[in-house]
Formats: sequence, C-alpha cells, structure tokens
Amino acid sequence: MKRIFPILGLLTAVFLSYALYLALVVAPTEQTMGDVQRIFYYHVPSAWTAFVLFFINFAASVTYLLRRSAKADIVALVSAEIGVVFCTVVLVTGPIWARPVWGIWWTWDLRLTLTLVLWLIYVSYLVLRKFSTSGQTPQVAAVLAVLGALDVPLVYFSIWFFRTQHPQPVVGGGGSIDPVMLHVLLMNWAAFSCFAALVFWSRYRLETLKREVEETQAVEALLETPRSVR
Amino acid sequence: MSYLHAAYAATWIIHIIYVGILVGQYSRVRREIQEINNKGR
Repeated sequence: MKRIFPILGLLTAVFLSYALYLALVVAPTEQTMGDVQRIFYYHVPSAWTAFVLFFINFAASVTYLLRRSAKADIVALVSAEIGVVFCTVVLVTGPIWARPVWGIWWTWDLRLTLTLVLWLIYVSYLVLRKFSTSGQTPQVAAVLAVLGALDVPLVYFSIWFFRTQHPQPVVGGGGSIDPVMLHVLLMNWAAFSCFAALVFWSRYRLETLKREVEETQAVEALLETPRSVR
Repeated sequence: MSYLHAAYAATWIIHIIYVGILVGQYSRVRREIQEINNKGR
C-alpha cells in the first residue's frame, strides 16, 4: 500500500498536467467568449465529480441506515467532505466565468441558487458530524444526507426543464459541442475523478485511523478511571 | 491576471488547502498513534 500510493499520486499528477495542457493549448478557442470559455474545462468536471460524490454519499447513507455499517458511515462522511470541496470549486469558478461573459458575478438564477443550497446542505451535514456529540449523530446525518441528495437531480435538471441564465447542457439535452472540446472535457473529468479517488482513499484511511485511535484512547481512559477514583 | 488564470488558480488553491488540511490531520493522528505505542511499552 505504502508503495502504490506515491505511484498513483504521480500518475494522477501527470494525468492532471496533461488535462491542463489539453484545456489550455489543444482545445479550440470558442468564437464568442474567447479564452474565458476554457474555465468550462474545470467548472463542469468539478460539478460532475461533486454530483458523483454526493451520489456515493446518498448510497452510503442509505446503506448505513439499513445495516448500521461503520464502513458505510465513513464512506458517507468522506464523500460528503470531498464533494463539498469540488462544489466549492464550482461555486468559485462559475462567478469568475460569469463576470466577463454576463457582466455580473452572481445572479439568483434557479441553477445557481440550487447549487448554493446544495453546498449549504452538505456543509451543514459536515458541521453536524463535526460538532454534534450525540451518539445518534451518524443516523441523523444519514437522514439529512438522504434528504439533501434530493437537491442533486434538481440542480442537474434545472437547466433542462426551466428557463435559466445558466448555459444549456453541452452533453445530452439537445446541446452540441465541438468533438475536440468534448474530448478535452471528458479527459479533464477523468483526471479530476482520478484525483478525487486518490483523495478519497487517503481520507478514508485517515478516518479509519482516527476512529481506531479514539477507540484506543477511550479504552485507556476506562482502564485508568478506577485508579484515579481510588 | 486574466479570468481564466484566476479560475484555474482558485481551483488549485482550494484543492491544495484541502490536501494540506489532510496532511496536517495525518501527522496529528500519527503522533497520537506513536504516543499510544510508547505508553504500551
């Protein structure tokens, strides 16, 4: 394991560098927006990766509620945390693209508002997990995650079924995209997915270690208590 | 700095901050494991 991780890390770094090269050099310049359109190669893959992570969080939360599996609980926590990181990237890169293209940083458009709500739901999920000391926190968090996941399809399909200022979908939904742009987009998504998987692995291992340490410390504290009472 | 560079830089700053937090947490957990092992001896 110790040897595989650096190799995978290096491969992911090379893949991300190649994807960056594709986005900045190989992808053709969009005619109306110019170079600023290239933000799309980071914004869209980050959104897709966040959606996948929130779906994993949903599946793990349902599994936890059904089986009370500690592994499912860790997967739910880790996927929500990394999903929030990718969703933050979406919420930061979107306005940076919107300023030169729309002339404004932000508008209370349906897509944008629902994405912000999605981010707030998962941030509150993480806050609950971090600060609640109740023994029922994992169950309450899992219920919140299942309800929060309802916002994911709303965010995704909002531009399909409602008129919004956000650009229409480029993949599916009747949109069209240059084949080279599509290739660059998918390569960037693959690279970011590899990066997310690597971070997920590290964070899962870290959470497992943290819980083992906490359990050991709790057992030690229990063993030491009678001595201090005497 | 252009909007494009700002967006790409912001993306990597967010990821680097998160990975940095994880590295910090890892070293804290390793220290705690070391302390537990030392107590056990």
